Amino acid sequence: MRPSQAAPTTEHIAAIIEEHLGREGPLLPMLHALQEAFGHVPQQAVPMIAEALNQTRAEVHGVVSFYHDFRAEPGGRHVLRLCRAEACQAMGGEAAAAETLARLGVDWHGTTADGRLTVEPVYCLGLCACGPSAMLDDVPLGRASPERVAALLEEAGA
Amino acid sequence: MRIYVPRDAAARALGADAVARAVAAEAERRGLAVELVRNGTRGMIWLEPLLEVETAAGRTAFGPVSAADVPGLFDAGFGAHPLALGPVEAIPFFARQTRLTFARCGLTDPLSLAEYEANGGLAGLRRALGMDGRAIVDEVTGSGLRGRGGAGFPTGIKWATVLDAKADRKYVVCNADEGDSGTFADRMIMEGDPFVLIEGMVIAGIAVGADMGYLYVRSEYPDAIAAMQAAIAIARDAGLLGRSVLGSDRAFDMEVRVGAGAYVCGEETSLLNSLEGKRGVVRAKPPLPAIAGLFGKPTIINNVISLASVPVILEKGAAFYKDFGLGRSRGTIPLQIAGNVRYGGLFETAFGMTLGEIVEEIGGGTASGRPVKAVQVGGPLGAYMPVGKFDTPFGYEEFDGQGGLIGHAGIVVFDDTVDMMKMARFAMEFCAVESCGKCTPCRIGSVRGVETIDRIARGDAAGVEILTDLCDTMKDGSLCALGGFTPFPVMSALRHFPEDFSASHKEAAE
Repeated sequence: MRPSQAAPTTEHIAAIIEEHLGREGPLLPMLHALQEAFGHVPQQAVPMIAEALNQTRAEVHGVVSFYHDFRAEPGGRHVLRLCRAEACQAMGGEAAAAETLARLGVDWHGTTADGRLTVEPVYCLGLCACGPSAMLDDVPLGRASPERVAALLEEAGA
Repeated sequence: MRIYVPRDAAARALGADAVARAVAAEAERRGLAVELVRNGTRGMIWLEPLLEVETAAGRTAFGPVSAADVPGLFDAGFGAHPLALGPVEAIPFFARQTRLTFARCGLTDPLSLAEYEANGGLAGLRRALGMDGRAIVDEVTGSGLRGRGGAGFPTGIKWATVLDAKADRKYVVCNADEGDSGTFADRMIMEGDPFVLIEGMVIAGIAVGADMGYLYVRSEYPDAIAAMQAAIAIARDAGLLGRSVLGSDRAFDMEVRVGAGAYVCGEETSLLNSLEGKRGVVRAKPPLPAIAGLFGKPTIINNVISLASVPVILEKGAAFYKDFGLGRSRGTIPLQIAGNVRYGGLFETAFGMTLGEIVEEIGGGTASGRPVKAVQVGGPLGAYMPVGKFDTPFGYEEFDGQGGLIGHAGIVVFDDTVDMMKMARFAMEFCAVESCGKCTPCRIGSVRGVETIDRIARGDAAGVEILTDLCDTMKDGSLCALGGFTPFPVMSALRHFPEDFSASHKEAAE
């Protein structure tokens, strides 16, 4: 289970920014910490970070939007990542992923109607000798057939 | 009794946590004193979860074990059992290897500094602390070690440039943004023997006069991040990191930084930008990172395996390491055998084995039992090698001579059901998604590449010439390997498997 995520408040955001301000190259650690706390990088954090780092809002927005990991909106309570890279394709990963998506009734990047699960593509989890591979939150899964993915989701209450 | 169940992510992905829980529960139920060690993986992934028991005759293996097998293993007294594999180091896949960099991976508890030291750890650093910077760099240069990240640039030459650079601050940056499909050596060593990477970075730091290191790990590797953070904390407490490295007058500290899902950040200059908190956009070279790297300071930036190979070079000497290998490819290389393969995993060996030996003999052919059609070597930017090139020896120049590259030594096997035009299209699509956008051939060329392959799929044979021309432009005109090397998979697929690029083939498939 991922920790329950708080609704962003100005005080909470300011505290996170403050915590990382003294580091070299603090922006990525800050953004990771914000996403960890709130499940996304809240829009209201962008001008606050810009002010703290003496950058323009455009610069900060540019960084947030460059990286696949940072979400502008909260996702589901759990995140399922299915690998689409070559080694997993060689083991039938595309067909397995298509079936999992169909079973869940979502497309890539989609969230189930009950808000429980978001499905993201990922290009390599480093589990290439037991593909196709998947990861539910931080739990890795090898030989990720639709059946094994479904069993893992059920076990995690996702 | 001591029982080992790996904590490696690949072992966990196949149920190692449940096996470990079952071992603990079964031992308690039977009132047996069992010490459960969560080791790294031995790298034989098809046997994971691989359970090992310490006996008078050495470590005996059982695998692949499921939680349900555990009571039966206790009943058998960890002796004769259908899953018994005998002494782990006698398993042919393991016995054929030359493990230098991965000597301890799977053997020890990854977070036990005492076990690390008892098995040869810190000997290289202790020797280095008695040498001056120039002598350390010369040792690394003399070993013939080349960048294991893919570019194959001599590590010692890079270090010498940083050593000679005058600056108030220098950095060591480790590139652990292992994004290539089919590669997992960096992940495995970070999870299975994190101290060897720390030791390698400390040696790099004292060699060139850098007192701070950053380890940039991709966010897709949560277990590796946790293992490295834990190991760094232990190393700091033990005085391996800090103001006085092992009681000497040299200082070095390091920290983990987590990537954010951008493949291009595996390119060294975009990684530096990312560390600085910028978009992961590629920088033009020169200036080289060795002259103006992180925050504009002279910076060693090396791949995980390059740095993790340094301790053994310092421990046993340059000549020992250089003795292994072929031509200008010296030492050992951890091959990662992956994809549709029967015996997949990590196989560390001297350079020089042929691709055919690796795929057929070591890997045992495909997992599906069908014939091999193509093997992609070197990640998403590596060429697809047909079976006709299986006599190519594994080495930097040898693969280059065959229109390929060894990259980070990932080997992805495909059986005869693979559609090579689809794989070529995927390579272009991947480049389009992951392009940092700085240079036009990569940003726009990849999009046009996808469109052109779609044209060929619709039966427009004229598209082949356009695709070839486009690939030439991307190769010659891109700033970094993402745009520059995407033509490798595309053109190798087109050249070696032209039958997959005809419209009739497409109709037959649909």
